[in-house]
Amino acid sequence: MTRRQRRLLLLGAGLGVLGLAAALVLSALKDSIVFFNSPSDIVEKRVTPGTRIRLGGLVAPGSLERGSELAVRFQVTDGNRAISVAYRGILPDLFREGQGVIAEGALDTAGVFKADNVLAKHDEKYMPREVADALKKQGYWKDDAQKRDAARPPRQVP
Amino acid sequence: MPLIDLANPSRFLALVGKMLPWLVAATLVALAAGLWQALFVAPDDYQQGATVKIMFVHVPSAWLAMAIWALMSIAALGTLAWRHPLADVAAKAAAPLGAGFTFLCLLTGSLWGRPMWGTYWVWDARLTSVLVMFLMYLGLIALWRTVEDPSRAGRAAAILTLVGAINLPIIKFSVDWWNTLHQPASVVRVGGPAIHPSILVPLLTMALALTLLFATLHLAAMRNEILRRRVRTMQMLAAQGASA
Repeated sequence: MTRRQRRLLLLGAGLGVLGLAAALVLSALKDSIVFFNSPSDIVEKRVTPGTRIRLGGLVAPGSLERGSELAVRFQVTDGNRAISVAYRGILPDLFREGQGVIAEGALDTAGVFKADNVLAKHDEKYMPREVADALKKQGYWKDDAQKRDAARPPRQVP
Repeated sequence: MPLIDLANPSRFLALVGKMLPWLVAATLVALAAGLWQALFVAPDDYQQGATVKIMFVHVPSAWLAMAIWALMSIAALGTLAWRHPLADVAAKAAAPLGAGFTFLCLLTGSLWGRPMWGTYWVWDARLTSVLVMFLMYLGLIALWRTVEDPSRAGRAAAILTLVGAINLPIIKFSVDWWNTLHQPASVVRVGGPAIHPSILVPLLTMALALTLLFATLHLAAMRNEILRRRVRTMQMLAAQGASA
């Protein structure tokens, strides 16, 4: 074995051990690395009221109610469970029914999630409006919530 | 030309001198084409409107930030296992450029996040792991400057570079392994790109342009580093001569 081969072997072994250590640390910290919890997670983990947590999922179609002075109520769903969210404030531009959102706040004793911040999540698809419209017209659009969007007047893009 | 011929710094300098004007020209042409496509040809996105244009800087910067660390990791192996004389020069010249692209990626991402997500910054796995890479770039640059002797500094930096390389798969797969605010990959993904060609082509042109920009700046920086080391050697010889 030449010195170069020995050095390479040593480097490979060192990196392998470090990689394994990193993988173990990351899998141990899995619960704190996730940025948000789905409604099912929150129900399963029995999150106590008042604990600050992030709730993520889709805004359930038809659930959005706007009150006075920027107050909104909507349901966040992951397909299995839904949690009601109450929020007062300015919503991000992408917020609408069927959109992925993340709400920061805590459950109250009635099981309603009082959010003090709402973030919008967007997907990995990018396309011009005409292409999106054409896909919707031909029925190739997979997302049901967005299919309903197509029936509405198009959103104004500044 | 085999890599071993480039071990001779004089031959390398001659090659760089011949290549640089062409690289500068190619960079300018690609950058002009990329910016023109990005600003005037690419359509607005169906849900993000004109903010999608931030992607044309953000995504290539992110790719380059990671590719440069990968390049430095290969150079680190060259330094540690093969003792290639130019490997450390290549890594040292690449680090500030990598830090610059990482900063650009974080800055444009933050400006894009505010209108779309509703926040400049969150501590999700993707954003945090890229911030860790940025801090490691700064740490590496500091390490090279802390140790006086270039070959000892190079070996210490090479080890830190390889340790930091563990972060690369974490950055890439963070959006798949954990829930994040950042959306999953759009271009390098199973099932092909999820970007319409009218937006994808300008993106790839900008990626080519910024890669050429990196190649140009990197070769120029390597040339400067080689000359700087020659000056250092000459000064030390002169000082020995004066004291003898």
